[in-house]
Amino acid sequence: MTTTAGGAVHAEGGSRRDFLYVATGVAGAIGTALAVWPLIDQMNPAQDVLALASTEVDLSPIVEGQSITVVWRGKPVFIRHRTADEIATAQGDKVEELRDPQSDAERAPRAEWLVLVGVCTHLGCIPLGQKSTDPRGDWGGWFCPCHGSHYDVSGRIRKGPAPRNLEVPPYEYLDDTRIKIG
Amino acid sequence: MQHTGFQSSSRFVQWIEYRLPIFGLVDQYVGRAYPAPRNLNYWWNFGSLAGFALVIQIVTGIVLAMHYVPHGDMAFDSVERIMRDVNQGWLLRYLHANGASMFFAVVYIHIFRGLYYGSYKFPRELLWWLGLVIFLMMMATAFMGYVLPWGQMSFWAATVITNLFSAIPWAGPAITEWLWGGFVVGSPTLTRFYSLHYLLPFVIAGVVVLHLWAHHTHKGNNPLGIDVKSPKDTLPFHPYYTTKDLYGIGVFLIILAIWVFYFPNYMSHPDNYIPANPLQTPPHIVPEWYLLPFYAILRAIPSKLGGVIVMAAAIVVLFLVPWLDTSRVRSARFRPIFKQFYWLLVIDVLVLGYIGAQLPEGIFIHIGRIATAYYFVHFLIVLPVVGWIEKPKPLPKSIAEPVLEAKAAG
Repeated sequence: MTTTAGGAVHAEGGSRRDFLYVATGVAGAIGTALAVWPLIDQMNPAQDVLALASTEVDLSPIVEGQSITVVWRGKPVFIRHRTADEIATAQGDKVEELRDPQSDAERAPRAEWLVLVGVCTHLGCIPLGQKSTDPRGDWGGWFCPCHGSHYDVSGRIRKGPAPRNLEVPPYEYLDDTRIKIG
Repeated sequence: MQHTGFQSSSRFVQWIEYRLPIFGLVDQYVGRAYPAPRNLNYWWNFGSLAGFALVIQIVTGIVLAMHYVPHGDMAFDSVERIMRDVNQGWLLRYLHANGASMFFAVVYIHIFRGLYYGSYKFPRELLWWLGLVIFLMMMATAFMGYVLPWGQMSFWAATVITNLFSAIPWAGPAITEWLWGGFVVGSPTLTRFYSLHYLLPFVIAGVVVLHLWAHHTHKGNNPLGIDVKSPKDTLPFHPYYTTKDLYGIGVFLIILAIWVFYFPNYMSHPDNYIPANPLQTPPHIVPEWYLLPFYAILRAIPSKLGGVIVMAAAIVVLFLVPWLDTSRVRSARFRPIFKQFYWLLVIDVLVLGYIGAQLPEGIFIHIGRIATAYYFVHFLIVLPVVGWIEKPKPLPKSIAEPVLEAKAAG
């Protein structure tokens, strides 16, 4: 390191001017990053959007075999009151043979109620199967019309391009007939 | 590379430069290849500051537009949502609102710098004109932006300003209805103002490019107002003036931060936090501070059409300054009589600004009329006459000469 107009050369080999350059650059970079952060953060969900992040559902009007769709965070949530046959089928499946292995007990803590985020894990379409007249795929659960993914009565992927099972949202039972999603 | 004489040891830069000589262009405008006068003082910081302020307005504005809803029923609430719910929304909005004031403050200083040092004189007349065009578009943009929050001051500002056009004989009422998209200011007015408020800053940016181009053609003026005669008179723009401009931006940001964090609403009006009500006008209605001198001129004339014409003339006269000023000497440093009148003009404009903020009653009316009269006297009579009768002080032979003489003497 040669002596610059800025001043003396120090033992380590840097001049005072080098130090000032680096210090100025670092301060400028940190300042710019701090100034840019609000410009990025403003696109994150706003406080009023976050305030709508939980949904309560009354399960009592849903008869056995019926499905309903509720909205949570703007997404459809499927709630199916499963029949005894469906529960037996779902619980009888060999978990290790599945693409995304998960037992029915993990997905439905109370076996007659299945709660799923109704968004296909392939590219985000909404699978058919909520109405009794809908195509429900080869496993009697849901069928995604966009690219042909088949889900079983536990919402697990069985056939088609989707990589994962339909997501189970976080939810809890407030009492025997009411749940809170989110 | 042969176009600009730009040299680089980097193969990558050379590859680009051969095909698109952009590094050379930047080098010539703000780099080592720009031989800037060596004597530029801090008043020359305000050009880069104005550019920086424009960037702040565009960046914060684009972000605010992601949340704002341009509709008469929803605009006010969407602005309140920005203030309360959108992440950092309060900061972005306060930066945009106070940034507009800072932009005008910087541009006014920039204009008065030009008036003091004769920066509008040959060969920089078009440079001056382009600057005034930017100033006019800034006023239009600021006005339409002020309407967007759709509070009481927004609504009535829109009503009063658009009604200026109703002073036009015969066609006036048809023009105002055309501007409004209805029979009063309403949602259709708001949406078109929003569209134009988004558009105009980019037009301003385009005219800024022309402004810089014209500036570059004959290079900038300097405090002595004499031309660069030898390389001794210059310093490379980079690093000398890039560093100085960055320092100015630092000071600018500190002042902006003081406004934004400590006095964010000082320059606005509480009434604008009341939703627009077409059935009631606020008791005291004034424009933002940066339009007050023109507002005072408007009110000084006791005639609807006359007031509008005189106010427009107050800006038109600025376009004529390069020809109204008959002196060949640029800088006020060498013009003892002009310098005194210059400061009188500064005081006059400040008085007009003060009068613009007062209710048009009693003594304020008279002061406003005298100040308006002097404004025009200055440009239409003082400037040409002083140029003829004044004996300027001797000019230095070169920019470097006074410096070198002082060095030899010291």
